[in-house]
Amino acid sequence: MISIIVTKELRTLFASPLAWVVLAFLQIILAWIFLTRVDYFLTIQAQLERVPNAPGLTEIVVVPMFGIASIVLLMSVPLLTMRLVAEERRNQTMALLMSAPISMTQIVLGKFLATLAFLAIVAGLIVMMALSLRLGARLDLGLIATNLIGLLLLAGSFAAIGLFVSCLTTHPVVAAIGTLAAFLVLWLANIAASDPDSPLHLLSLLKHFENFMNGSIAVTDLIYFVLLTATFLILSIRRLDADRLRA
Amino acid sequence: MTTTASSELTVSAQGLSRNYGAHRAVREVSVDLRRGEVLGLLGPNGAGKTTTMQMLTGNLAPTSGEVRICGIDLIDLPTKAKSRIGYLPEVPPLYRELKVDEYLRLAGQLHKIKKSALKQQVERAKNRCALADMGKRLIGSLSKGYQQRVGIAQAIIHDPDVIILDEPTIGLDPNQIREIRALIRDLGRDHSVILSTHILPEVEAVCDRVQILHRGEVVFYDSIAGLKQFRGGQALQIGLHNPPPLAELAAAAADANIEAINANLFRVCPLGGVDPTDTLVRACVERNWGLYLLQPALASLEEVFVQLTQREDDQSEKAST
Repeated sequence: MISIIVTKELRTLFASPLAWVVLAFLQIILAWIFLTRVDYFLTIQAQLERVPNAPGLTEIVVVPMFGIASIVLLMSVPLLTMRLVAEERRNQTMALLMSAPISMTQIVLGKFLATLAFLAIVAGLIVMMALSLRLGARLDLGLIATNLIGLLLLAGSFAAIGLFVSCLTTHPVVAAIGTLAAFLVLWLANIAASDPDSPLHLLSLLKHFENFMNGSIAVTDLIYFVLLTATFLILSIRRLDADRLRA
Repeated sequence: MTTTASSELTVSAQGLSRNYGAHRAVREVSVDLRRGEVLGLLGPNGAGKTTTMQMLTGNLAPTSGEVRICGIDLIDLPTKAKSRIGYLPEVPPLYRELKVDEYLRLAGQLHKIKKSALKQQVERAKNRCALADMGKRLIGSLSKGYQQRVGIAQAIIHDPDVIILDEPTIGLDPNQIREIRALIRDLGRDHSVILSTHILPEVEAVCDRVQILHRGEVVFYDSIAGLKQFRGGQALQIGLHNPPPLAELAAAAADANIEAINANLFRVCPLGGVDPTDTLVRACVERNWGLYLLQPALASLEEVFVQLTQREDDQSEKAST
């Protein structure tokens, strides 16, 4: 049943120009970053050879792409998630799902997985660009893998938060702005704390994502992303259930 | 459309109430429906028709009361009960960016129709709603009437036991209304249908039974014959070119109460249960009153409401004294 919701969401998403515009826009930015980083690597390659333990091609070209991708996702995910529930409410199409023999959990998971699938396409495009370097160089595939895992976990958290904010309102634009605000708070939570031991660092999405970018997978980071995602998915389910109870 | 006591009870709702904060939108509404029956929910805007329907379809949880669909409790086993319901809300839940075929396929999948049967069910629903040529059209580009039909097709795609239609003929032209009414009568043969409307003749045209809601309460629940009785009983409207004095007319109609609507038009309410038509017509011919109109005087929806709510006020006054 979840797969039906996923297919439906992806179909309506790709029926609108928004999905294509977002994909094209992301690809232009990432390709541009990719080319400048490759260019930069070629100019400093000679010097790097003389430095012991110098950063390799993967660190110089691929990792910054993932860094940029995380910021670009932060800006574009609100546009993708805003319509998930808010627009269905606005067009009164939610009744089709609510009167069908499917549970609220299946609806929420379907919508979440559809968004994640779309974001996985973005991640896939980045990985494909990175792997194209294998035509003429050796890459640190492990580092690419940790970056990919980190980006997908981050995308999952973004999607869950965006979905929840979309459940709160009937106006897609309000949902988009609210989601962006929530992301920025979580992203920048560490800036507010000047003390390096401040507990605010634990809340910051950026801090946790950086560990993945450096190639380390820590259990705490995994738990952070999984908990964040699960919390907002459960909140979304409860919010939609409350619609039925309170309306 | 005949109802037999032996046919299976498909909808059984007892004591449904729904509060929105302090406002009580629906109070103690009970609905019983058997297979092969069409029930009309009638009421002015804001009477609680839509809220009742949302509760019957599981879109809204009742504050109190229970709903059983074919014996399955809607609150305990929502997915199982919902698979037996087809629902058309007041605003059809259409995805404008999908084609009619895509949309109906989606609705079928959501209602767990098997892949092998899906194509056939979509075709069947389209044929029943006269949408056969519209499969490739975008829903957003269809006219209101066609969108309404897509909404109905969506509600019947999985052959549900219970079909619930919220104001299915609103916004349609007279021809389309006739088609939709014919479709509802057709559906009512082997399903149970509940439809809401605020048009009295519509209920009389398609329903077997009628439930009238007013301010969230059931004020009338009877068969169509009962409603006709209530609307006019045996009252007649009579038009005369050369009307006699009122007293003479009353004497001619034996035991009846006569009111003048205007100079030529009178309303005759028999008191003793004797049909005065015969004696009246004879008197008209014999005394040359120029009879030009004789018809059952049926009350309009507004008059029915006035009668029902007044009756209720009288009862509550009696109860309080």
